[in-house]
Amino acid sequence: MDHFSDLILVALMLSAVALLGTSRIAGCIRISAAQGGLLALLLLCVRGTGSPYFWALAGGIAVLKGIVFPWLLRRAIRETDVQCENIPSVNYLLSLGWAAVSFAVASWISSLLSVPFHQAASPAVAAAVFMIFSGFFLIVARRLALMQVLGFVTLENGVYAFGLALAYDFPFLVELGILLDIFVAVFVMGIMVFRIHRAFDHIDTRQMTNLKDEP
Amino acid sequence: MILLSLLAVPLAGGVAAFVVRSDAWRRRLLACAAILHTALTLAAWRIVPAPVLGEWLVLDRLGLFFLTITSLLFLACAVYGLHYLRTESAGRQEDAEESFLFVNAPEARFTGCLLLFLAAMTLVLATRHLAILWIGIEATTLASAPLIYFHRHHRSLEATWKYLLICSVGIALALLGIFFLALSASVESGASIPLTVDHFVGHAASLNGRWMKAAFLCFLVGYGTKMGLAPMHTWLPDAHSEAPSMVSALLSGALLNCAMVGILRLLPIYDAAGYAAFCQSLLVKFGLFSMLVAAVFIIAQRDFKRMLAYSSVEHMGILALGIGIGGLAKWGAVLHAVNHSLAKAMMFLLAGNILRIYKTKTIAEVKGMLRRAPVTAALWTAGFLAIAGAPPFGIFLSEFIILRGMFQGGHFWAGGAYLLLLSVIFVGMAGAVTSMTQGESCCEGDRVKEPFLSFAPSLVFAVFLLITGLWIPPFLQNAVEQASRIVGVF
Repeated sequence: MDHFSDLILVALMLSAVALLGTSRIAGCIRISAAQGGLLALLLLCVRGTGSPYFWALAGGIAVLKGIVFPWLLRRAIRETDVQCENIPSVNYLLSLGWAAVSFAVASWISSLLSVPFHQAASPAVAAAVFMIFSGFFLIVARRLALMQVLGFVTLENGVYAFGLALAYDFPFLVELGILLDIFVAVFVMGIMVFRIHRAFDHIDTRQMTNLKDEP
Repeated sequence: MILLSLLAVPLAGGVAAFVVRSDAWRRRLLACAAILHTALTLAAWRIVPAPVLGEWLVLDRLGLFFLTITSLLFLACAVYGLHYLRTESAGRQEDAEESFLFVNAPEARFTGCLLLFLAAMTLVLATRHLAILWIGIEATTLASAPLIYFHRHHRSLEATWKYLLICSVGIALALLGIFFLALSASVESGASIPLTVDHFVGHAASLNGRWMKAAFLCFLVGYGTKMGLAPMHTWLPDAHSEAPSMVSALLSGALLNCAMVGILRLLPIYDAAGYAAFCQSLLVKFGLFSMLVAAVFIIAQRDFKRMLAYSSVEHMGILALGIGIGGLAKWGAVLHAVNHSLAKAMMFLLAGNILRIYKTKTIAEVKGMLRRAPVTAALWTAGFLAIAGAPPFGIFLSEFIILRGMFQGGHFWAGGAYLLLLSVIFVGMAGAVTSMTQGESCCEGDRVKEPFLSFAPSLVFAVFLLITGLWIPPFLQNAVEQASRIVGVF
């Protein structure tokens, strides 16, 4: 079982790398959807498939992150002309370089934080930190508002994967509250992406620089 | 019962506001919900509310203290809103700065989100469960984002986008902090404990230090983003300057406090486990750095709402500093939280008046306010003196108590830096305020009408600040005492 959950964690990290290197928006949304599916698998794999509660939770995660989020984001850009290219402000080679550096940092941090009895902790820390770094990079280094949403989703998936891998048992209501918050966050962000497109005729956030201060 | 109604009143009111068709009735609904919420909050001081849902919803004295501030501020904003929403007519409006036309978001959505925002803040303050606290803080972000985007134009859109994204990222990190903290409890024993402050304090001896420290870093960066500590404050000036003034007042006076409570809730745990010094030294550093950043940006500020926003960064820095030093300074910081909230809400509401009269946010274009709008100008000057820490207002006293606490604790360097930064900020703001109130009015002789509702809340807060500057009433002293005792014993 543990090996299998490690495999899923590795797959999650690879999906983050793929996001850094993919140029087509539609492709990025699909990768993000796959991440959602992986998270649901991770939950079943760590907690076991015996209880219907876990199945319900995994189903909820899969539907929310694998189907609802991609649908929201696709709807937000349906009427825009950005379906094609996701112009990076940092090129893809550098993005992958960043991935390598963050992998090194993630491994280092996971070696600092050890849990003697908990086998999954080390890889989970590495995966979480790596995904957080990748998500952060997507937010900073991609120009399209939509890619920034995907960056946030990746970052959040990283945090969530950590929680799942350690099988921390939140009470049901709390689990529901967290998922609801994240759903509303992505929902509101989707609306904002749509509005940004309407107001600026593009969703390129590099042109949103009206508000700033010079010291 | 009180606790549930405190949550239910704004929640039900918020949902109802989306449905009610008539503007007049919706404004009445807002006022009624605000009054009812304040009444319930004040009642909770008399009748200790019983915990609800096991240990999930508990209103202790720290939560009640900040809830009272939040509730009073909301009431003030609702009163102000009665007038404000009437002036914000439907249809196209001209932007004050770039003179393009824009429309407002539907008023129903604005009022609804305002009440939901209050419900979310109430949830944050009425729990000692770390995960519920997290849910509440994220909910405050989501409920307040549409409020910032009330005036639908490109600047407010940019501000809302930054706010939503930066705060959501920060809060996601805080969730990692919760997981780390949960793990710190189970590293040694393997058993997991419920995520309430009391359970963690009870198990303090068996918590793993390394994971706890990692958790605190996540929390500090995460909730610190929401609280507006530099260098994670970047969303704050934009959101505060672009939001309608009554929303800015709530963001600055109530929301930043709620995020701080997120950090304060952790301190007893770290204190019990023996890591208080680690947290405190971090808070002191972030506090001083926030004050430094605020000072730099206030001196060169051309926009008066942004100036107030940076002043919030400064005051959040002072709070973090005071809590970090501990002892008397911690006591002063809790008192400072009240003073700052009231003074800042007062200033933002007045800034809304100035914006309405002069149609600009640029400091240099506001002249001769004493002639054109004497009441607003007088209150604006008083508010400046209060917020910049001049006697005889309450902030002077609380800042002085924090300073004494620093010297008592032997933090002479930090105390010196604190004094220096305070005086730099005072001078920076003084220049701006005098140039706004003095001088010839641009438009000769036309004294504008100042409706009572537009300055009444500010007047009440000014009187309160004057009183707390001269004499701290016993009930306030007790409240501060009880709240700061819950923060920790260091």
